[in-house]
Amino acid sequence: MSAFQDRVREAVQNDHLHVAIERATSALKGRRQVALDSIPDFEQVRDFGRAVKLATIARLDEHLVRFEEKLLQNGFQVHWAEDGEQARQIVLDIARRRDAKSVVKAKSMATEEIHLNAALEEAGLDVLETDLGEYIAQLAGQPPSHIILPILHMTREDVGQVLHDRLGVPLTDDPQVMAKTARETLRAKFLEADLGITGANFGVVEEGAICLVSNEGNIRLTTSLPKVHVAIMGIEKLVPTLSDLEKMLRLLARSATGQKLTAYTSLVRGPKRSPEDEGPEEVHLILLDNGRSKILAGDQAEILACIRCGACLNICPVYKQIGGHAYGDTYPGPIGSIVTPGIRGLKTTSELPQASSLCGACRDICPVRLDIPRMLLSLRRESQTEAPPSLFWRMSMRAFAFFATRPAWYRTVRPIGRFVMRRLASEGWLSSGLGPLGAWTKERDFQAPARRSFQEEWRARQKEAGR
Amino acid sequence: MSEGSKQIQLFPTCLVDEIRPEAGWAVVRVLEAAGLEVSLPEGLVCCGQPAYNAGFHEDARQVLRHVLTVLDATEGWILIPSGSCADMLIHQSLELCRDDAPLLEVARRVGSRCRELSAFLDEDLGWRGQHLPRKDERVAYHPSCHLSRGLGVTESPGRLLESLRGIELVPFDEQDECCGFGGLFSVKQSDISASMMNRKLDRIEKSGAGTLVSCDLGCLVHLGGGLHRRQSGIRVCHVAEILAERLPQDEPA
Repeated sequence: MSAFQDRVREAVQNDHLHVAIERATSALKGRRQVALDSIPDFEQVRDFGRAVKLATIARLDEHLVRFEEKLLQNGFQVHWAEDGEQARQIVLDIARRRDAKSVVKAKSMATEEIHLNAALEEAGLDVLETDLGEYIAQLAGQPPSHIILPILHMTREDVGQVLHDRLGVPLTDDPQVMAKTARETLRAKFLEADLGITGANFGVVEEGAICLVSNEGNIRLTTSLPKVHVAIMGIEKLVPTLSDLEKMLRLLARSATGQKLTAYTSLVRGPKRSPEDEGPEEVHLILLDNGRSKILAGDQAEILACIRCGACLNICPVYKQIGGHAYGDTYPGPIGSIVTPGIRGLKTTSELPQASSLCGACRDICPVRLDIPRMLLSLRRESQTEAPPSLFWRMSMRAFAFFATRPAWYRTVRPIGRFVMRRLASEGWLSSGLGPLGAWTKERDFQAPARRSFQEEWRARQKEAGR
Repeated sequence: MSEGSKQIQLFPTCLVDEIRPEAGWAVVRVLEAAGLEVSLPEGLVCCGQPAYNAGFHEDARQVLRHVLTVLDATEGWILIPSGSCADMLIHQSLELCRDDAPLLEVARRVGSRCRELSAFLDEDLGWRGQHLPRKDERVAYHPSCHLSRGLGVTESPGRLLESLRGIELVPFDEQDECCGFGGLFSVKQSDISASMMNRKLDRIEKSGAGTLVSCDLGCLVHLGGGLHRRQSGIRVCHVAEILAERLPQDEPA
């Protein structure tokens, strides 16, 4: 049994996890609907958002060149990282040059993707996550389980326990008290941090700026208090103009958290212009490829239009059963099952695209209408060569294709299969078996085939009627 | 194909054919009672979806080519008593044949003649059953994903069921969530699949329904197998069966 299947088995038996997921996703579902109803032209905004993102990634090379030009004009220091190793090295070099000791971080999936925290800590830096959820995850020593809500897998009782265990505060499950405890600890650290590290929600090409959203104000502090701000952004996160950005923000907030707009929207336009200004002295933007240009050249390029709202996770019946950690990598849920094989390669991740019933709820809810089931199917096809399925499945499918295209052969052999199954069945039902039948009958019975198939009966009746 | 054509080609689907022929006969009875003439094209086995969804697209294409060839030689509407197989022959076939122009042409032609049963009865025939004998039943309807999200058929099954006297449609939580069948997903990812199924069955049992109806036998074989394991008294039936069992019995199909 694979590591993935082990994690899945553990997760589906974890009722506590299901309680946490159910509480969070059902609350989000209600909020999202209210927020959607607040814009009458939501469907058009979706079409617009999809068109903007697809057009941008279709000419990504040109947009990136233009973006860099504009960033440099604004005083950004621009770095290009081909992979996680390069990106980590760039951050470590900046930290070393500035003799940094302590780092405050805003929530960023790109930094999770490249395992930045571990590298910084290994280099002796003190790293603090400043997003409340991410901070709790850090205290608990766990990776985030959701791209927007890092501790969606925890109940508030769990959070109280983590704070009690790690900070020695009295046990509570009152969210207000817990938030206050965390904020007090965090605020002191902001003032002494040498480096602020963030991701970016969007890069605005014509403005030479990056946009970051949050509900806690921690991003604003992370990008303004430390003397150096380093942002890491996937190369696909571009929108051409501020007016495009405005529409994308409306889509993002509504789909992600069911808000009309997030509480804080920061547009970072580079370092402070004069010594009297507030803000960092240096602003770096690391443009991270890490497999994205490979995705762009392939059959799942559409996934690069994803705005990372997490709506597909919240609606996904598979995610609801197994939670984020079972996926085993940074990006869980439906989009993760496409992004992860894209950035890590299919050889080690081919099970992810299989972990979907292809129900299409993700496609329906996606603010930019990504055809996630189509991309999952296309990855399953690519898995045939990248991570070949077992001989059993290959032979089964060959046999299926052979008989399904030769009705006479099929008519000859199917009574044999039917006979065997009916012999093994008790009162028409099978409740155990080998191989796929064994997998099926673990938790459900299988109805044995009918004595006579519909088509056989049809032909027999026709013969009888002399037709 | 002429608009008023009475000729219907039935694509029985492999699950109806092998596991639940009664559902096939129910389809025939409902259609014939509506004055249509049902034919069964020779040589149909499966639409190829199991191989397609598992990523074996070359095998799936062979099966699809065979099915399309058989169906293309017929005339009139092609009726499919399954949202999932209908979605395969209407939408997924185009994706599967996208690099094979001649086959794509056939897929388009055949796809445009394909209709899912409940949508056809409701939208094309305006089928209603209020004149049929009353039979009291609390019914939970499971909207299968490929029917509702794939084909966009969300209202038709409810309209058909509600037109029958004595039927009370009982809602349940997360009614439109996937039941976890997903074809080979149910055996390749059986832990996830069974977990989804159990969540669904808990909600259906809580609804107080005595009958579970769906337009897809895939979901029903899966949910029915779960109910049987639970020794539940809820019976499962295909939408055609619940319509057909109210028709006068004197003329069996």
